[in-house]
Amino acid sequence: MSWARDKSWLIKVGLASCGIAAGGRKVYDALSTQLGARGLDVKLKQTGCMGMCYNEVLVEVLSPQKERIFYGKVTPEKVERIISEHIIGGKPVTEWVIPEEEINSFLAKQTRIVLRNCGIIDPESIDDYLAADGYQAIDQILRSMSPQEVVSEVTNSGLRGRGGAGFPTGIKWGFARKSADRQKYIICNADEGDPGAFMDRSVLESDPHSVIEGMLIAGYAVGASEGYIYVRAEYPLAIQRLEIALAQAREAGFIGESILGYNFDFDIKIRQGAGAFVCGEETALIMSIEGRRGMPRFRPPFPAQSGLWGKPTTINNVETLANVPWIILHGADAYNIYGTEKSKGTKVFALAGKVAHGGLIEVPMGITLREIVFDIGGGTSTGLEFKAIQIGGPSGGVIPASLADTRVDYESVTETGAIMGSGGLIVMDESSCVVDVTKFFLNFTQAESCGKCTFCRVGTLRMLEILQRITEGNGKEGDIELLEELAQNVKRASLCGLGQTAPNPVLTTVKYFRDEYEAHIYEKKCPAKKCPALITYEIIPEKCPGCGLCTKYCPTGAISGEKKKPYVIDNEKCIRCGLCMKVCRLDAVSVH
Amino acid sequence: MVIEASAREKPSFVVIDAIVHKHNVEAGAVIPVLQEIQETYGYVPPVAIQRIAENMNVPASEVFGIVTFYAQFRLQPLGKNLIKVCHGTACHLCGTETVAERLSQVTGAKEGETSQDGMFTVERVACLGCCSLAPCIMVNGETYGRLTPEAIDKIVNEIRKKEAKEVPAPVG
Repeated sequence: MSWARDKSWLIKVGLASCGIAAGGRKVYDALSTQLGARGLDVKLKQTGCMGMCYNEVLVEVLSPQKERIFYGKVTPEKVERIISEHIIGGKPVTEWVIPEEEINSFLAKQTRIVLRNCGIIDPESIDDYLAADGYQAIDQILRSMSPQEVVSEVTNSGLRGRGGAGFPTGIKWGFARKSADRQKYIICNADEGDPGAFMDRSVLESDPHSVIEGMLIAGYAVGASEGYIYVRAEYPLAIQRLEIALAQAREAGFIGESILGYNFDFDIKIRQGAGAFVCGEETALIMSIEGRRGMPRFRPPFPAQSGLWGKPTTINNVETLANVPWIILHGADAYNIYGTEKSKGTKVFALAGKVAHGGLIEVPMGITLREIVFDIGGGTSTGLEFKAIQIGGPSGGVIPASLADTRVDYESVTETGAIMGSGGLIVMDESSCVVDVTKFFLNFTQAESCGKCTFCRVGTLRMLEILQRITEGNGKEGDIELLEELAQNVKRASLCGLGQTAPNPVLTTVKYFRDEYEAHIYEKKCPAKKCPALITYEIIPEKCPGCGLCTKYCPTGAISGEKKKPYVIDNEKCIRCGLCMKVCRLDAVSVH
Repeated sequence: MVIEASAREKPSFVVIDAIVHKHNVEAGAVIPVLQEIQETYGYVPPVAIQRIAENMNVPASEVFGIVTFYAQFRLQPLGKNLIKVCHGTACHLCGTETVAERLSQVTGAKEGETSQDGMFTVERVACLGCCSLAPCIMVNGETYGRLTPEAIDKIVNEIRKKEAKEVPAPVG
């Protein structure tokens, strides 16, 4: 990149949604104002997600001598010293610098292919993308590869759909290619609806052109001239950056008619989702673009034969498409050296929950869960015992700590009873209740069920009711067996992935944590001390100075006492919201 | 988005028709039309449903079916400030329920409701995608993370202060 040859300083601020939510824009503005006021020759750039989300706001400083320093948890107040001591004085402010060992241990086991440009380029600059070999893949293809050759290359790479189903991408493209219809469509599924998943959002916010180029390549391979990107409305920044990127690509001639002067037309439109999780399922997504209620359709016919408006349609996930330009440029063999026999390449994961170093990571398939949680993630954030990992969102399952050496690839994860899913990885420690988490997911899938299939519509509700009774202390003999029976039936009698996988959290938690269910049902106890109906909060008299802070937050006025004397919680009024424990600065509230 | 004063006016057929015609060049445009109407008024006025049905040659029942299927669409006007509370997995584990409780206390609006003073509408969303900063809320399009009950108080008080400073626009 041209700025690498400059002799000036370069400062980059991570401005994807996490960075902005942590105050990134204010840090950027403070830098901009103060650098300008001092007339310093420093290039200030915005960039996307750098991955170390637990350390936001992240600021990278590159000196003219090419020394690279990362500052973490930067605030606008810290900018002054960074400028005066580091930029002007030449000495980094070590107390705010992220130690190299920390960065290395976070990155050491990662292989960033999809995330190759994230956190490095300015997502709103097509020049940055071009300087990073952007649009070279489509150029190479148009110059020297036939559509069939492109399909073969992608097939040989072993790339499988990263949205969760894991279907071989090249083979999927081959199906649509074979269709004789002249009108075909490419759809990019950016309806990332799994709670706890932010891989696609990060790619769209940090490297939107890679997805556009992926779609172009898919269009060429399949014979389509029109594409749609279906993005969740809940991702406004992703939509904004995509719109900017599309306008830039159009102006530069990468989208539109006679692309790069070749006989290839392709245009892309954005369609926004409207808040329906089920529209992440391909046939429901198609219905939504067609302006209908997002209810799945029977397959066959598959979208490759009859999809959007009855035309051959190829639907690919954001992450799948972002892999494609890299695969074309480096070759299938450069991709399939990573991974395992049946699961080639890398996978992006959104590591979150009770983990110390949560963020966006990309690892080769075949790495173990233990390596992800401990080597990359740094163990639990609370210091409490690692209990389980939730993988695959509401369709996935819970894998206990005892199986932490499970390799992360499609087949190995499926063997545990869970599924890989789209990439959400939530770490749970001993303070997380698996029955509560299962109820949480059923609550979600029940609300999102489109209603078409009786077993999904009614079955998930019945499962949810049983789980609610159990967490409220009204569980009874036979509940677990009934849950298992319902789960199996809902799986068998549902048309789409939502219903087919909604029971997975139930099945995996009952398999691995049956004793926790039994404690709730027979002993009316919640071992993790999470379920409100089964716990009580108490103020420890020896620790309470009687400051009264908790009473300001208690929603039901359940706490009372005199100033300077220990306060008391009235258990009849207490709704177990936990606010008192959260705000007490002296750890004087305990939970039983 | 903070709804501007003009959005509180009665829905106008001129505006609705213009939105329909803008999008009607494409097939399947009912959803983008509804999205822009909601962007304009903060909600989908019931009269708009009939108007859209007429203009787009689609049964009103079908338009109503779309509005009620997709969670994004609301049939009631919004309060001045829209707060979305994230109930994603990571946020749930990191204590969203507690934060949501405090939020409903200080705003006067429970989830799915608008406060009596019309200042706040609080909605529940499944996931905002900022899981590393759990628990999160989105206020008028801006995301706030690493929330504590104290932080909630601060955010809401700042909004109240700002609203108090602004001269209320005349209802047109």
